[in-house]
Amino acid sequence: MSSCPGILYCNCTYAQVLDPAAKAAVLRALCDSGQSFEAVADLCEMSARKDPALQRLTAGGDVKIVACHPRAVKWLFAAAGAPLDPARTEVVNLRDATPAAALERLAAADLRPNLPPGKALPADPAATSAEPHPSA
Amino acid sequence: MALRDQTHLRIVLYEGAEAQPLDADRRFQAISRLLAQGYALTRVGHGGRTAPADDVPALVLGQFGGAGPRLAAGAPADRVRFRHIAGLPEDEIAGAVEGERAEKKAAAHGTWKPWFPVIDYDRCTNCMQCLSFCLFGVYGADHEGHIQVQSQDNCKTNCPACSRVCPEAAIMFPKYKAGPINGDLVKDEDLQREKMKVDISALLGGDIYSMLRMRSERAQSRFSKERDSDKALNERQKCLVKLASAGDIPPEVLMSLPSPEEIQRRAAEAKAKAEAALAAQRS
Ligand code: SF4
Ligand code: SF4
Repeated sequence: MSSCPGILYCNCTYAQVLDPAAKAAVLRALCDSGQSFEAVADLCEMSARKDPALQRLTAGGDVKIVACHPRAVKWLFAAAGAPLDPARTEVVNLRDATPAAALERLAAADLRPNLPPGKALPADPAATSAEPHPSA
Repeated sequence: MALRDQTHLRIVLYEGAEAQPLDADRRFQAISRLLAQGYALTRVGHGGRTAPADDVPALVLGQFGGAGPRLAAGAPADRVRFRHIAGLPEDEIAGAVEGERAEKKAAAHGTWKPWFPVIDYDRCTNCMQCLSFCLFGVYGADHEGHIQVQSQDNCKTNCPACSRVCPEAAIMFPKYKAGPINGDLVKDEDLQREKMKVDISALLGGDIYSMLRMRSERAQSRFSKERDSDKALNERQKCLVKLASAGDIPPEVLMSLPSPEEIQRRAAEAKAKAEAALAAQRS
Protein backbone atom coordinates (compact mmCIF):
# COMPACT_ATOMS: atom_id res chain seq x y z
CA MET A 1 0.00 0.00 0.00
CA SER A 2 1.14 3.53 -0.55
CA SER A 3 2.73 5.46 2.29
CA CYS A 4 0.49 8.46 1.81
CA PRO A 5 -2.36 9.57 2.39
CA GLY A 6 -2.95 8.57 5.99
CA ILE A 7 -5.54 5.91 6.75
CA LEU A 8 -8.18 6.01 9.45
CA TYR A 9 -10.29 2.91 9.99
CA CYS A 10 -13.58 3.09 11.95
CA ASN A 11 -14.67 -0.22 13.47
CA CYS A 12 -18.25 0.93 14.22
CA THR A 13 -17.99 -1.12 17.40
CA TYR A 14 -21.29 -0.13 18.98
CA ALA A 15 -23.62 -0.96 16.09
CA GLN A 16 -24.08 -3.51 13.38
CA VAL A 17 -24.37 -1.05 10.52
CA LEU A 18 -21.31 -2.34 8.69
CA ASP A 19 -20.98 -5.94 7.54
CA PRO A 20 -18.71 -7.63 10.13
CA ALA A 21 -17.04 -9.72 7.40
CA ALA A 22 -16.27 -6.59 5.38
CA LYS A 23 -14.86 -4.82 8.43
CA ALA A 24 -12.70 -7.83 9.32
CA ALA A 25 -11.40 -8.17 5.75
CA VAL A 26 -10.38 -4.53 5.60
CA LEU A 27 -8.82 -4.49 9.05
CA ARG A 28 -6.93 -7.71 8.36
CA ALA A 29 -5.52 -6.30 5.12
CA LEU A 30 -4.45 -3.12 6.91
CA CYS A 31 -2.79 -5.14 9.67
CA ASP A 32 -0.99 -7.33 7.14
CA SER A 33 0.14 -4.41 5.01
CA GLY A 34 2.95 -3.51 7.40
CA GLN A 35 2.19 0.19 7.09
CA SER A 36 1.12 2.64 9.76
CA PHE A 37 -2.53 3.53 10.22
CA GLU A 38 -5.02 4.82 12.75
CA ALA A 39 -7.95 2.71 13.93
CA VAL A 40 -10.82 3.86 16.12
CA ALA A 41 -13.54 1.86 17.78
CA ASP A 42 -16.41 4.15 16.92
CA LEU A 43 -16.26 7.61 15.37
CA CYS A 44 -19.80 8.32 16.57
CA GLU A 45 -18.79 7.82 20.18
CA MET A 46 -15.70 9.99 19.71
CA SER A 47 -17.79 12.74 18.17
CA ALA A 48 -20.24 12.71 21.08
CA ARG A 49 -17.33 12.93 23.51
CA LYS A 50 -15.65 15.65 21.46
CA ASP A 51 -12.61 13.46 21.76
CA PRO A 52 -9.44 15.51 21.12
CA ALA A 53 -8.14 12.57 19.09
CA LEU A 54 -10.42 13.75 16.27
CA GLN A 55 -8.32 16.91 15.97
CA ARG A 56 -5.18 14.83 15.87
CA LEU A 57 -6.58 12.37 13.33
CA THR A 58 -7.42 15.09 10.86
CA ALA A 59 -4.17 17.05 11.29
CA GLY A 60 -1.36 16.68 8.85
CA GLY A 61 -2.62 16.15 5.37
CA ASP A 62 -4.58 13.86 3.12
CA VAL A 63 -6.61 11.16 4.77
CA LYS A 64 -8.72 8.22 3.67
CA ILE A 65 -11.37 7.35 6.22
CA VAL A 66 -12.92 3.89 6.17
CA ALA A 67 -16.36 4.33 7.75
CA CYS A 68 -19.91 4.89 6.49
CA HIS A 69 -21.65 7.60 4.47
CA PRO A 70 -19.44 10.63 3.75
CA ARG A 71 -22.25 13.03 4.78
CA ALA A 72 -22.44 11.42 8.24
CA VAL A 73 -18.67 11.36 8.64
CA LYS A 74 -18.37 15.01 7.60
CA TRP A 75 -20.84 16.23 10.21
CA LEU A 76 -19.65 13.91 12.98
CA PHE A 77 -16.22 15.52 12.76
CA ALA A 78 -17.68 19.01 12.45
CA ALA A 79 -19.91 18.47 15.49
CA ALA A 80 -16.80 17.68 17.52
CA GLY A 81 -15.11 20.92 16.45
CA ALA A 82 -12.71 19.03 14.16
CA PRO A 83 -13.99 19.77 10.66
CA LEU A 84 -12.51 17.72 7.84
CA ASP A 85 -10.76 19.46 4.98
CA PRO A 86 -12.96 18.64 1.97
CA ALA A 87 -10.00 18.86 -0.40
CA ARG A 88 -7.95 16.39 1.61
CA THR A 89 -10.48 13.78 2.67
CA GLU A 90 -11.79 10.69 0.96
CA VAL A 91 -14.35 8.56 2.77
CA VAL A 92 -14.40 4.89 1.85
CA ASN A 93 -18.01 3.98 2.56
CA LEU A 94 -18.23 0.44 3.90
CA ARG A 95 -22.02 0.63 3.89
CA ASP A 96 -21.83 0.55 0.09
CA ALA A 97 -18.40 -0.64 -1.02
CA THR A 98 -17.31 -4.27 -1.13
CA PRO A 99 -14.15 -5.08 0.84
CA ALA A 100 -12.26 -5.51 -2.45
CA ALA A 101 -13.36 -2.08 -3.69
CA ALA A 102 -12.56 -0.52 -0.32
CA LEU A 103 -9.08 -2.07 -0.28
CA GLU A 104 -8.46 -0.92 -3.83
CA ARG A 105 -9.14 2.66 -2.76
CA LEU A 106 -6.92 2.30 0.29
CA ALA A 107 -4.08 0.92 -1.79
CA ALA A 108 -4.34 3.64 -4.44
CA ALA A 109 -1.81 6.43 -4.17
CA ASP A 110 -4.28 9.07 -5.32
CA LEU A 111 -6.92 10.75 -3.17
CA ARG A 112 -10.46 11.21 -4.47
CA PRO A 113 -12.06 13.80 -2.20
CA ASN A 114 -15.75 13.00 -1.79
CA LEU A 115 -17.21 14.88 1.14
CA PRO A 116 -20.51 16.42 0.08
CA PRO A 117 -20.00 20.01 -1.01
CA GLY A 118 -21.79 22.57 1.07
CA LYS A 119 -21.59 25.72 3.04
CA ALA A 120 -18.27 26.67 4.64
CA LEU A 121 -17.31 25.02 7.92
CA PRO A 122 -16.17 26.84 11.06
CA ALA A 123 -12.84 28.52 10.49
CA ASP A 124 -11.29 27.62 13.83
CA PRO A 125 -11.02 23.86 14.21
CA ALA A 126 -8.96 24.30 17.39
CA ALA A 127 -12.00 25.40 19.35
CA THR A 128 -13.20 22.02 20.54
CA SER A 129 -16.13 23.55 22.39
CA ALA A 130 -17.31 25.39 19.32
CA GLU A 131 -20.25 23.88 17.51
CA PRO A 132 -20.71 24.37 13.80
CA HIS A 133 -23.55 26.54 12.71
CA PRO A 134 -24.94 27.71 9.43
CA SER A 135 -23.42 31.16 9.38
CA ALA A 136 -19.94 30.06 10.45
CA MET B 1 -19.16 13.28 34.40
CA ALA B 2 -20.30 14.75 31.08
CA LEU B 3 -19.21 12.76 28.07
CA ARG B 4 -17.08 15.54 26.73
CA ASP B 5 -15.18 16.30 29.96
CA GLN B 6 -13.51 12.95 30.27
CA THR B 7 -9.78 12.27 30.21
CA HIS B 8 -8.35 10.48 27.20
CA LEU B 9 -5.58 7.99 26.56
CA ARG B 10 -3.76 7.27 23.30
CA ILE B 11 -2.79 3.68 22.58
CA VAL B 12 0.07 3.02 20.18
CA LEU B 13 1.08 -0.38 18.84
CA TYR B 14 4.70 0.20 17.88
CA GLU B 15 6.21 -2.13 15.27
CA GLY B 16 8.67 0.31 13.74
CA ALA B 17 12.45 0.48 13.92
CA GLU B 18 14.07 -1.39 16.82
CA ALA B 19 10.93 -3.35 17.62
CA GLN B 20 10.01 -6.92 16.68
CA PRO B 21 6.78 -7.01 14.67
CA LEU B 22 3.98 -9.15 16.07
CA ASP B 23 3.05 -12.17 14.06
CA ALA B 24 0.14 -11.47 11.71
CA ASP B 25 -2.60 -13.35 13.58
CA ARG B 26 -1.59 -11.98 16.95
CA ARG B 27 -1.49 -8.42 15.62
CA PHE B 28 -4.94 -8.74 14.07
CA GLN B 29 -6.39 -10.36 17.20
CA ALA B 30 -4.85 -7.78 19.52
CA ILE B 31 -6.05 -4.83 17.44
CA SER B 32 -9.53 -6.33 16.99
CA ARG B 33 -9.76 -6.94 20.72
CA LEU B 34 -8.82 -3.37 21.62
CA LEU B 35 -11.28 -1.94 19.09
CA ALA B 36 -14.03 -4.19 20.45
CA GLN B 37 -13.28 -2.78 23.91
CA GLY B 38 -13.76 0.75 22.61
CA TYR B 39 -10.16 1.91 22.26
CA ALA B 40 -8.66 3.92 19.44
CA LEU B 41 -5.21 2.89 18.42
CA THR B 42 -2.28 4.02 16.31
CA ARG B 43 -0.41 1.23 14.59
CA VAL B 44 3.14 2.29 13.76
CA GLY B 45 4.65 0.13 11.05
CA HIS B 46 6.97 0.90 8.20
CA GLY B 47 5.75 3.62 5.89
CA GLY B 48 2.38 5.29 6.00
CA ARG B 49 1.44 8.21 8.18
CA THR B 50 0.16 8.44 11.74
CA ALA B 51 -1.46 11.32 13.56
CA PRO B 52 0.99 13.69 15.28
CA ALA B 53 1.72 13.60 19.02
CA ASP B 54 -0.34 15.86 21.26
CA ASP B 55 -0.97 16.47 24.98
CA VAL B 56 -2.89 13.26 25.52
CA PRO B 57 -1.09 10.62 27.64
CA ALA B 58 0.05 7.64 25.59
CA LEU B 59 0.65 3.98 26.24
CA VAL B 60 3.08 2.47 23.72
CA LEU B 61 2.86 -1.29 23.28
CA GLY B 62 5.63 -3.17 21.52
CA GLN B 63 8.11 -6.00 21.43
CA PHE B 64 11.08 -3.83 22.14
CA GLY B 65 14.56 -5.20 21.61
CA GLY B 66 18.02 -4.46 22.97
CA ALA B 67 18.19 -1.49 25.32
CA GLY B 68 14.45 -1.01 25.13
CA PRO B 69 12.47 1.87 23.69
CA ARG B 70 13.81 5.39 23.63
CA LEU B 71 11.81 8.58 23.31
CA ALA B 72 12.78 11.08 20.65
CA ALA B 73 14.49 14.22 21.94
CA GLY B 74 11.94 16.71 23.27
CA ALA B 75 9.17 14.12 23.62
CA PRO B 76 7.14 14.49 26.84
CA ALA B 77 8.50 11.59 28.94
CA ASP B 78 5.98 12.18 31.72
CA ARG B 79 3.06 11.49 29.38
CA VAL B 80 4.39 8.42 27.60
CA ARG B 81 4.56 4.94 29.08
CA PHE B 82 5.96 1.82 27.38
CA ARG B 83 4.74 -1.71 27.78
CA HIS B 84 6.75 -4.67 26.56
CA ILE B 85 4.25 -7.19 25.18
CA ALA B 86 6.48 -10.01 23.90
CA GLY B 87 4.81 -13.29 24.78
CA LEU B 88 1.65 -11.65 26.16
CA PRO B 89 -1.58 -13.18 24.86
CA GLU B 90 -4.24 -10.79 23.48
CA ASP B 91 -6.33 -10.80 26.64
CA GLU B 92 -3.32 -9.78 28.72
CA ILE B 93 -2.51 -6.99 26.25
CA ALA B 94 -6.11 -5.82 26.59
CA GLY B 95 -5.81 -6.13 30.37
CA ALA B 96 -2.65 -4.00 30.39
CA VAL B 97 -4.42 -1.30 28.38
CA GLU B 98 -7.44 -1.42 30.65
CA GLY B 99 -5.19 -1.12 33.71
CA GLU B 100 -3.51 1.96 32.25
CA ARG B 101 -6.88 3.49 31.41
CA ALA B 102 -8.10 2.98 34.96
CA GLU B 103 -4.91 4.43 36.43
CA LYS B 104 -5.13 7.51 34.18
CA LYS B 105 -8.86 7.81 34.98
CA ALA B 106 -9.45 8.01 31.24
CA ALA B 107 -12.90 7.57 29.71
CA ALA B 108 -14.40 4.11 30.07
CA HIS B 109 -15.90 2.86 26.82
CA GLY B 110 -18.95 0.82 26.10
CA THR B 111 -21.14 2.27 28.85
CA TRP B 112 -23.37 4.06 26.38
CA LYS B 113 -24.53 3.24 22.85
CA PRO B 114 -23.56 6.29 20.81
CA TRP B 115 -26.99 7.04 19.39
CA PHE B 116 -27.71 10.73 18.90
CA PRO B 117 -28.70 13.21 16.19
CA VAL B 118 -26.10 14.80 13.97
CA ILE B 119 -27.12 17.94 12.10
CA ASP B 120 -26.24 18.48 8.46
CA TYR B 121 -25.74 22.24 8.51
CA ASP B 122 -25.63 22.31 4.73
CA ARG B 123 -29.35 21.54 4.85
CA CYS B 124 -30.47 23.02 8.18
CA THR B 125 -32.47 26.25 8.01
CA ASN B 126 -32.47 26.78 11.79
CA CYS B 127 -36.24 26.48 12.02
CA MET B 128 -36.04 25.03 15.57
CA GLN B 129 -38.68 22.36 15.00
CA CYS B 130 -36.32 19.73 16.40
CA LEU B 131 -35.73 21.77 19.55
CA SER B 132 -39.47 22.27 20.05
CA PHE B 133 -40.14 18.58 19.46
CA CYS B 134 -37.57 16.86 21.68
CA LEU B 135 -38.71 16.29 25.25
CA PHE B 136 -35.35 15.13 26.50
CA GLY B 137 -33.27 18.28 26.18
CA VAL B 138 -30.98 16.94 23.47
CA TYR B 139 -31.11 20.17 21.46
CA GLY B 140 -30.24 23.71 22.43
CA ALA B 141 -29.14 26.91 20.78
CA ASP B 142 -25.80 28.71 20.92
CA HIS B 143 -25.54 32.33 22.04
CA GLU B 144 -26.36 33.48 18.52
CA GLY B 145 -29.51 31.39 18.36
CA HIS B 146 -28.18 28.61 16.15
CA ILE B 147 -29.46 25.11 16.69
CA GLN B 148 -27.04 22.67 18.31
CA VAL B 149 -27.06 19.12 19.57
CA GLN B 150 -25.99 19.79 23.14
CA SER B 151 -26.70 16.68 25.21
CA GLN B 152 -26.06 13.66 23.03
CA ASP B 153 -26.32 11.24 25.93
CA ASN B 154 -29.89 12.36 26.72
CA CYS B 155 -31.06 10.93 23.40
CA LYS B 156 -33.27 7.83 23.54
CA THR B 157 -31.45 4.88 21.98
CA ASN B 158 -32.82 3.83 18.58
CA CYS B 159 -35.37 6.65 18.48
CA PRO B 160 -34.97 8.72 15.30
CA ALA B 161 -38.25 10.59 15.82
CA CYS B 162 -36.80 14.10 15.61
CA SER B 163 -35.36 13.34 12.18
CA ARG B 164 -38.96 12.83 11.05
CA VAL B 165 -40.01 16.32 12.08
CA CYS B 166 -37.12 18.06 10.34
CA PRO B 167 -38.58 19.61 7.19
CA GLU B 168 -35.16 19.65 5.50
CA ALA B 169 -34.07 16.05 6.24
CA ALA B 170 -31.10 17.64 7.98
CA ILE B 171 -31.03 15.35 11.01
CA MET B 172 -28.97 12.19 10.73
CA PHE B 173 -28.54 9.22 13.01
CA PRO B 174 -25.45 7.58 11.51
CA LYS B 175 -26.29 4.22 13.09
CA TYR B 176 -29.85 4.13 11.70
CA LYS B 177 -30.62 1.36 9.23
CA ALA B 178 -31.79 3.35 6.23
CA GLY B 179 -31.13 6.53 4.29
CA PRO B 180 -31.30 9.42 4.32
CA ILE B 181 -31.43 9.32 8.13
CA ASN B 182 -28.20 7.30 8.26
CA GLY B 183 -26.37 9.97 6.27
CA ASP B 184 -26.98 8.62 2.79
CA LEU B 185 -27.68 11.29 0.19
CA VAL B 186 -31.05 13.02 0.41
CA LYS B 187 -33.16 12.52 -2.70
CA ASP B 188 -36.07 14.69 -3.77
CA GLU B 189 -38.56 11.97 -2.92
CA ASP B 190 -37.09 11.71 0.60
CA LEU B 191 -37.75 15.37 1.07
CA GLN B 192 -41.37 15.01 -0.01
CA ARG B 193 -41.76 12.08 2.37
CA GLU B 194 -40.24 14.02 5.27
CA LYS B 195 -42.52 16.96 4.60
CA MET B 196 -45.53 14.67 4.45
CA LYS B 197 -44.69 13.22 7.84
CA VAL B 198 -44.80 16.67 9.39
CA ASP B 199 -48.12 17.42 7.71
CA ILE B 200 -49.58 14.16 8.92
CA SER B 201 -48.60 14.88 12.48
CA ALA B 202 -50.12 18.37 12.15
CA LEU B 203 -53.38 16.86 10.90
CA LEU B 204 -53.38 14.49 13.83
CA GLY B 205 -53.89 17.31 16.26
CA GLY B 206 -51.37 20.11 16.15
CA ASP B 207 -48.35 18.33 17.41
CA ILE B 208 -47.30 14.82 18.09
CA TYR B 209 -47.23 15.33 21.86
CA SER B 210 -50.82 16.46 22.09
CA MET B 211 -51.66 13.32 20.15
CA LEU B 212 -49.68 11.22 22.60
CA ARG B 213 -51.24 13.03 25.53
CA MET B 214 -54.75 12.53 24.25
CA ARG B 215 -54.18 8.87 23.65
CA SER B 216 -52.59 8.43 27.02
CA GLU B 217 -55.49 10.19 28.78
CA ARG B 218 -58.01 8.12 26.88
CA ALA B 219 -56.10 4.99 27.76
CA GLN B 220 -55.97 6.05 31.41
CA SER B 221 -59.71 6.63 31.68
CA ARG B 222 -60.27 3.25 30.11
CA PHE B 223 -57.90 1.62 32.60
CA SER B 224 -59.81 3.06 35.54
CA LYS B 225 -63.02 1.39 34.37
CA GLU B 226 -61.49 -1.92 33.49
CA ARG B 227 -61.09 -4.68 36.03
CA ASP B 228 -59.00 -6.87 33.81
CA SER B 229 -55.54 -5.30 34.05
CA ASP B 230 -54.13 -7.59 31.34
CA LYS B 231 -56.74 -6.31 28.93
CA ALA B 232 -55.87 -2.73 29.81
CA LEU B 233 -52.21 -3.40 29.31
CA ASN B 234 -52.90 -5.03 25.96
CA GLU B 235 -54.90 -2.01 24.90
CA ARG B 236 -52.10 0.35 25.90
CA GLN B 237 -49.55 -1.74 24.11
CA LYS B 238 -51.67 -1.87 20.97
CA CYS B 239 -51.95 1.89 21.02
CA LEU B 240 -48.21 2.34 21.56
CA VAL B 241 -47.32 -0.13 18.84
CA LYS B 242 -49.54 1.77 16.42
CA LEU B 243 -47.83 5.03 17.29
CA ALA B 244 -44.46 3.40 17.10
CA SER B 245 -45.06 2.05 13.63
CA ALA B 246 -46.51 5.35 12.44
CA GLY B 247 -43.75 7.54 13.79
CA ASP B 248 -40.85 5.09 13.93
CA ILE B 249 -40.59 5.61 17.67
CA PRO B 250 -39.42 2.51 19.54
CA PRO B 251 -42.13 1.21 21.92
CA GLU B 252 -39.72 1.34 24.85
CA VAL B 253 -39.30 5.06 24.30
CA LEU B 254 -43.05 5.59 24.35
CA MET B 255 -43.31 3.43 27.44
CA SER B 256 -40.78 5.63 29.21
CA LEU B 257 -42.50 8.91 28.38
CA PRO B 258 -43.27 10.98 31.47
CA SER B 259 -46.78 11.76 32.70
CA PRO B 260 -49.05 13.85 30.45
CA GLU B 261 -48.53 16.87 32.74
CA GLU B 262 -44.77 16.48 32.60
CA ILE B 263 -44.91 16.11 28.81
CA GLN B 264 -46.88 19.32 28.65
CA ARG B 265 -44.39 21.11 30.90
CA ARG B 266 -41.36 19.91 28.95
CA ALA B 267 -42.96 20.64 25.59
CA ALA B 268 -43.71 24.21 26.76
CA GLU B 269 -40.14 24.59 27.99
CA ALA B 270 -38.70 23.34 24.69
CA LYS B 271 -41.03 25.61 22.73
CA ALA B 272 -39.97 28.61 24.82
CA LYS B 273 -36.30 27.77 24.22
CA ALA B 274 -36.92 27.52 20.48
CA GLU B 275 -38.81 30.83 20.42
CA ALA B 276 -36.06 32.56 22.37
CA ALA B 277 -33.45 31.19 19.97
CA LEU B 278 -35.42 32.38 16.95
CA ALA B 279 -35.87 35.81 18.54
CA ALA B 280 -32.13 36.02 19.26
CA GLN B 281 -31.44 35.15 15.66
CA ARG B 282 -33.73 37.92 14.38
CA SER B 283 -32.29 40.62 16.67
S1 SF4 C 1 -19.00 6.93 11.69
FE1 SF4 C 1 -20.32 5.42 10.66
S2 SF4 C 1 -19.05 3.57 10.65
FE2 SF4 C 1 -18.16 4.92 12.21
S3 SF4 C 1 -19.15 4.45 14.18
FE3 SF4 C 1 -20.39 6.05 13.27
S4 SF4 C 1 -22.00 4.94 12.12
FE4 SF4 C 1 -20.35 3.47 12.53
S1 SF4 D 1 -35.68 20.82 12.40
FE1 SF4 D 1 -34.06 20.48 10.86
S2 SF4 D 1 -33.90 22.43 9.72
FE2 SF4 D 1 -35.04 22.83 11.62
S3 SF4 D 1 -33.44 23.52 13.08
FE3 SF4 D 1 -33.72 21.30 13.41
S4 SF4 D 1 -32.15 20.39 12.06
FE4 SF4 D 1 -32.39 22.51 11.38
